[in-house]
Amino acid sequence: MLAIKLAYRNLIGAGLRTWLNVFVLSFTYILIIWQYGVIDGWNYQAKFDMQAWEFGNGQYWQRNYDPYDYFSFEESHAAIPELLQKATSEGIVTPILISQGTIYPDGRLQSMILRGISPNQKVIAIPSAELNTKSEEIPVVIGRRMANSCKLKQGDITTIRWRDANGTFDAKEVKVVKIFNCDVPSVDAGQMYISLEKLQEMMQTPGEATMFVVGENSAMKDSISGWKYKSIDFLMKDMTELIKMKKVGGSIFYFILLLLAMLAIFDTQVLSIFRRQKEIGTYIAMGMTRKQVVGLFTVEGAMHAILAVIVGAVYGVPFLLWQMKIGMTMPAGSDDMGIPIAKTIFPVYGAGLVISTILLVLIITTIVSYMPAHKISKMNPTDAIKGKIQ
Amino acid sequence: MEQNFLITINNLVKNFPIGGGEFTALNGINLTFNTGEFVGFVGPSGSGKTTLLNIIGSLDTPSEGSVNVLGREVGKLNTKKAAILRRQHLGFIFQTYNLLPVYSVYENVEFPLLLLKMNASERKKAVMDALVWVGLTDKIKSRPAQLSGGECQRVAVARAMVKKPKIVLADEPTANLDAANSHNILKMMLKLNEELKTTFIFATHDDKVIKYLKRKISLEDGKVIQDEIIKTNKEK
Ligand SMILES: Nc1ncnc2c1ncn2[C@@H]1O[C@H](COP(=O)(O)OP(=O)(O)OP(=O)(O)O)[C@@H](O)[C@H]1O
Ligand SMILES: [Mg+2]
Repeated sequence: MLAIKLAYRNLIGAGLRTWLNVFVLSFTYILIIWQYGVIDGWNYQAKFDMQAWEFGNGQYWQRNYDPYDYFSFEESHAAIPELLQKATSEGIVTPILISQGTIYPDGRLQSMILRGISPNQKVIAIPSAELNTKSEEIPVVIGRRMANSCKLKQGDITTIRWRDANGTFDAKEVKVVKIFNCDVPSVDAGQMYISLEKLQEMMQTPGEATMFVVGENSAMKDSISGWKYKSIDFLMKDMTELIKMKKVGGSIFYFILLLLAMLAIFDTQVLSIFRRQKEIGTYIAMGMTRKQVVGLFTVEGAMHAILAVIVGAVYGVPFLLWQMKIGMTMPAGSDDMGIPIAKTIFPVYGAGLVISTILLVLIITTIVSYMPAHKISKMNPTDAIKGKIQ
Repeated sequence: MEQNFLITINNLVKNFPIGGGEFTALNGINLTFNTGEFVGFVGPSGSGKTTLLNIIGSLDTPSEGSVNVLGREVGKLNTKKAAILRRQHLGFIFQTYNLLPVYSVYENVEFPLLLLKMNASERKKAVMDALVWVGLTDKIKSRPAQLSGGECQRVAVARAMVKKPKIVLADEPTANLDAANSHNILKMMLKLNEELKTTFIFATHDDKVIKYLKRKISLEDGKVIQDEIIKTNKEK
């Protein structure tokens, strides 16, 4: 195509100005891809962690269970139905009994959630096997966040208080046998794990559970009366929304960057159409149609985006790959935000992300280049040849 | 319409809008041109030379009357058809050279052939031929900024001639050149006129150019006041 060949000559001939625009654009590309890559990587890791530690491949909730309403816990335990009993013994699902309790770090009262979990389960990553530890006190397992907020260390003994199914308060000593590290705050902050049987006994609800986690290798989702199946999509909804918001937030930032790049290109285009009137007149005198000249200037502008892909690839690909390998260390304290964030996020760049970014920038650049170039078709060639239009 | 002429101009009037009214730059021009002429419009500044040349070059349109170039009615061509006429049959040479600044000498001369979609090997040969005509084969990689005024105008001549057009229109081609360069350029154009039978039409008030013309059309206030054939080509 003639326009491409001529546009290329003109751009390369224009030298520094071209490369400045190309550099800004290539930077935009890399930043968009990198930022989205980090968000996607975070999303991917968070989903992975949440499935491993909490959601498995879905959950069964006792009819009344509402994780956001602590008062629902009193009514939301029921006898384990036969189907789930069988699945439990096959290791496909694992039951969890949930109850409210209180703990007294430094003599302050702090409420927490007691989770009864089978020490032998392998469905989720909670190190429940540690609950088999022999000790005079009741062995419990907690996460790092819980340990920090209650100032507990491994081997510490502390008092917990709870109310059983009949509404009677009781208190006992527990011993922290294990503190685990986990990127999912909801299974850690304010949570204490205790042997399922022990909690059933404490609650006086033998053989009962609040919910079941379905193992990641199982697709079990049969409906069971009195229990509600919650799919992984449902359970991840909050996280998915959050990721969406993050992406929108991110787009505002790169929208500004893109705007700057587009301004630079628009400016270059407007300027060149004024500075290059004589050239435009000459093109027309030599027999280019106005459409061809407009096309040439548009392609010239749009070609910035294509050159930027090449330039961006030169320094961007090594950078992106390096980031993918070493990951991005999240600032200290980011795990207190209540959302699952790994200490190091490894960006994930999908082909879709790369292609859509390139297309987006290319299309916008083309439009921005066309707008001023369009004015050429209104130019009077005899004035343009002399370069006298002001 | 007399189709046997290369160019036929009948009762041409050109008005320009100025302020509230109109300014008549050309007023009742009647002219014909044959193949192979070496002709110039001469006259004082503002007499309408450039305007007439632009209309013949289909860069501008008549207000009244008709201008027929190579069988096409210039006033009735749309911008695309006019562009095609220029692309195929017309070459332009300007006072200010109007070379493409980021292109090399070679690329500048090649440009009209790219528009004609000539294939690469033919194109290369034609460009080299044109550069031989103007004696610039040693500067093919230079940019216009690296050339003297005379060299620039030689590139412009090569660019106008490379596609061997029927008509070359040259508006004050020597205005920015010294005497030696002016003679050089004119001799070259005369030679091409004789060898290739290309019609040259000038707009000029430069005596150096006028000396070379084979036909001199004098304009004043938008009217032809004299149209003379000059038999002898003095001091070539
Ligand atoms: N676009 C225009 N608008 C208004 N008036 C114009 C326009 N172009 C030319 N004119 C007027 O028409 C007249 C003829 O102009 P033209 O450029 O043809 O003169 P010229 O003979 O080429 O003069 P010069 O020797 O100075 O180049 C001038 O008076 C000029 O002011
Ligand atoms: Mg003039």
